[in-house]
Amino acid sequence: MPDLGTYAFEILMSYGISFGLLGALVGASVLQSKRVKVALQRVENNG
Amino acid sequence: MSLWEYANPKKFMDWTAPVLPWVAGSAALCLSVGLIWGFFFTPDDFRQGSTVKIIYLHVPAALMAINAWLMMLVASLIWLVRRHHVSALAAKAAAPVGITMTLIALATGALWGSPIWGTYWEWDPRLTSFLILFLFYLGYMALWSAIEDPDTAADLTSILCLVGSIFAILSRYAAQFWSQGLHQGASLSLDKEENVSDVFWQPLLITMIGFGLLFLTLVLLRTRTEIRMRRIKALHARARRA
Repeated sequence: MPDLGTYAFEILMSYGISFGLLGALVGASVLQSKRVKVALQRVENNG
Repeated sequence: MSLWEYANPKKFMDWTAPVLPWVAGSAALCLSVGLIWGFFFTPDDFRQGSTVKIIYLHVPAALMAINAWLMMLVASLIWLVRRHHVSALAAKAAAPVGITMTLIALATGALWGSPIWGTYWEWDPRLTSFLILFLFYLGYMALWSAIEDPDTAADLTSILCLVGSIFAILSRYAAQFWSQGLHQGASLSLDKEENVSDVFWQPLLITMIGFGLLFLTLVLLRTRTEIRMRRIKALHARARRA
């Protein structure tokens, strides 16, 4: 771990917020994609 | 074969299926290399100290926040002129990615500004135009969800996108239009004297490519989801008519 000195809070918060937001976006996109794919398969099989 | 044929929903699903894992893998690789290199293996800046490590998130996110809107602008224009449904859905799919990039740019900018400027926020031209861009993203997404008819929603959001493009462009050039702002001019330049030092530039370039590829991955994935959702609606409508 590099020595971040007095700015450790700002730097770690920046990385934490960014990873959190990107993780949430990627997770939500993948989850929604899987859910809709299954839903379409169900509708096509029933139709 | 015309380029437009790739915008056919069936063709789009066919060609994006094998491409998507490669784009996603390349994004993960570039982001890992760029961020690890930048965070662990670059020195402190002589003026900004260790806060320079925020550049690897702030600059690529800001770049993608603007470029996402410009991509939406192109897709919206294609919808308005050629009525390709996939282009309207791609613009819709890009908005949540763009707003996330804008939020990251605003949050990391505030955290970077605190030690360097002595304040988290200032009504500086670039910061303010970025905040307005964020509000445009919010409005764009709200408009899509507020209108039931997809074609009407695509028409109205396309018009909103055209108007918002002024702020997307303004966000990019605000620091050059007005000199009284706190925000510095562009960190990146083709002029070697003005560009950031190579020691920061190399990992930054890889991270910017990573953010670009991540954007592409998410837009392709979300557009595929939108196309499937549209198909489900069409099948339900057909079943109701039968």
